[in-house]
Amino acid sequence: MLADKDRIFTNLYGHHDWRLAGAKARGDWQGTKEILDMGADWIIDEMKRSGLRGRGGAGFPTGLKWSFMPKTESDRPHYLVVNADEGEPGTCKDRDMLRFDPHKLVEGCLMASFAMRAHACYIYIRGEFYNEASNLQVAIDEAYAAGLIGDNACGSGWKFNLYLHRGAGSYICGEETALIESLEGKKGQPRLKPPFPAGVGLYGCPTTVNNVESIAVAPTILRRGASWFAGFGRPNNAGTKVFCISGHVNNPCNVEDAMSIPLKELIEKHAGGVRGGWDNLLAIIPGGASVPVLPKSICDNVLMDFDGLRDVKSGLGTAAVMVIDKSADIVAAIARLSAFYKHESCGQCTPCREGTGWMARVMKRMVKGDATLEEIDTLERVTYQIEGHTICALGDAAAWPIQGLIRHFRPELEKRIASYRESKVRASAKAA
Amino acid sequence: MSVRQLAKEQPDSFSFKPEYAERAKRIIAKYPAGRQASAVMPLLDLAQRQEGWVTKPAIGVIAQMLNMASIRVLEVATFYTMFELHPVGKHHIQVCTNLPCQLRGSDAVVHACKEKLGIGLGERTADGQFSLMEVECAGACVNAPMAQIGDDYFEDVDATSMRKIIDALKRGEKPKAGPQNGRVHSAPLGNFTSLTDEPKPAPMQDMAAAKAAFEKAKADAAAKAAAPKT
Repeated sequence: MLADKDRIFTNLYGHHDWRLAGAKARGDWQGTKEILDMGADWIIDEMKRSGLRGRGGAGFPTGLKWSFMPKTESDRPHYLVVNADEGEPGTCKDRDMLRFDPHKLVEGCLMASFAMRAHACYIYIRGEFYNEASNLQVAIDEAYAAGLIGDNACGSGWKFNLYLHRGAGSYICGEETALIESLEGKKGQPRLKPPFPAGVGLYGCPTTVNNVESIAVAPTILRRGASWFAGFGRPNNAGTKVFCISGHVNNPCNVEDAMSIPLKELIEKHAGGVRGGWDNLLAIIPGGASVPVLPKSICDNVLMDFDGLRDVKSGLGTAAVMVIDKSADIVAAIARLSAFYKHESCGQCTPCREGTGWMARVMKRMVKGDATLEEIDTLERVTYQIEGHTICALGDAAAWPIQGLIRHFRPELEKRIASYRESKVRASAKAA
Repeated sequence: MSVRQLAKEQPDSFSFKPEYAERAKRIIAKYPAGRQASAVMPLLDLAQRQEGWVTKPAIGVIAQMLNMASIRVLEVATFYTMFELHPVGKHHIQVCTNLPCQLRGSDAVVHACKEKLGIGLGERTADGQFSLMEVECAGACVNAPMAQIGDDYFEDVDATSMRKIIDALKRGEKPKAGPQNGRVHSAPLGNFTSLTDEPKPAPMQDMAAAKAAFEKAKADAAAKAAAPKT
């Protein structure tokens, strides 16, 4: 298990002072100028060598993403935009970083912006996180007052301004181009790529959008060294990670542990185990609502990392582990997610706008069994017609949970349809 | 997609009170010159904080302030679900019913609210004190089930604690937000399984050595690139 001395988010539970004095005592803002003095190229190289993969869900290598930004400044300013629009069902890790370790994020914003030649950074925080935004704003104000950011950030000569922007309750704004649209004051509807944000992003300028966790871990990685971070987890899955364990466990919690930890160990060590014991487990959604569900047989041995979960046709996503025990109705659980995607579709692409509604309606019938056996295949076919046919990944995200359900729980769907039919036949016989 | 429309009954006018107008000015200054449309969401939020909901006249005023077409502001107001297009109660209760909350009993929490307040989802009590809504994931899933009341999250609630919270609000008290079961925020209930050591600053890597290694690697790569191909 990861030792406390190797944990990055030492105030994840808010049991220490989250303000500047407390953050400094825990090591934040130490040697910041020294790191900036190493130069932008070194910072990006160090981030690449750390093996950090984006923590927002897609797992794209962070250092590589930073390197896509133009190397020199032109008349178009560069922007860093931090995606704090956390809203993937099951996920609540950024919330703790925003409210209890805000200085890690502020310092990370400075380092990342400096490396990408950005003088301004916007943090887009979901609107519901009002108290979290308040803490973060206090941290930003403290950093300005202490000269850590501003006209001469940490005495480095780099001018850096950091702004907080609150969203207003839209899941789709977690998609990077929808977030940029929203930040520009429009409806949060994703843009077609290319052009990619690194070329044409916020206000038409070169922009990089990163998740809160990806930015907040950067200062510690740069201080302790790429090889320290790369020492955790399997190759290609480096580092430590904050996991969110919710659902049918004895003690739901957020916890930072090493990547590639076995799923079972994660749950038993930190969340007090599955309610009623491991054998009472039915299924787990391992990475937020968008990734396919896994049955117990796979959960027994799977490792919590990008490659491990991809190999079993699911994904690490945001590392939000939703545990479902045998008391739950798995069809109703997935149907609930389908209703969510229907609600959150931005309506721009037809396959998603129409498809999420259609899938939600069919799933509602599947919960009762009010369907035909052929409809299972139709449903599955439709999910593949939505997946990959929309501007953004919300269409994919709506399709995958249903694909996972059919892949692993088809007999349950069939059983329901059979018993619903039987009850209908019995009822009509009785009426006759 | 959720279909959202403005309320039928609208006030005649809207203007920001001086303190809100001052805040609006500070918000607009956050964005580059000519990009003041970026302030549309924060300003709609301000208007809602002042009036309790987003009114049609407010949309017009904000459009003027930001030099936007009114329809663009309307588009934003109807797209984002946090903008209340109808009057809500003084205590606006939003219960999350997404999967992690559902698994831990949000249905019972919704039921308790309905029963206690005598209203359904999307409704407001006759005295205007309470309104009740179901929302999608609010991002506090390890503290499920949860309800947001105003700006505060009430976490690890159940039917009993929810009834108590409503009673306290009815009495004009300010119930304590956060976990309702004695937990420390998102830590596991009971003993911590991590973060038990006193946090200390982490050791810093040898920056001079790191710089030297980086420069050497760069020089090596350049030499390799310059070397004649054989």
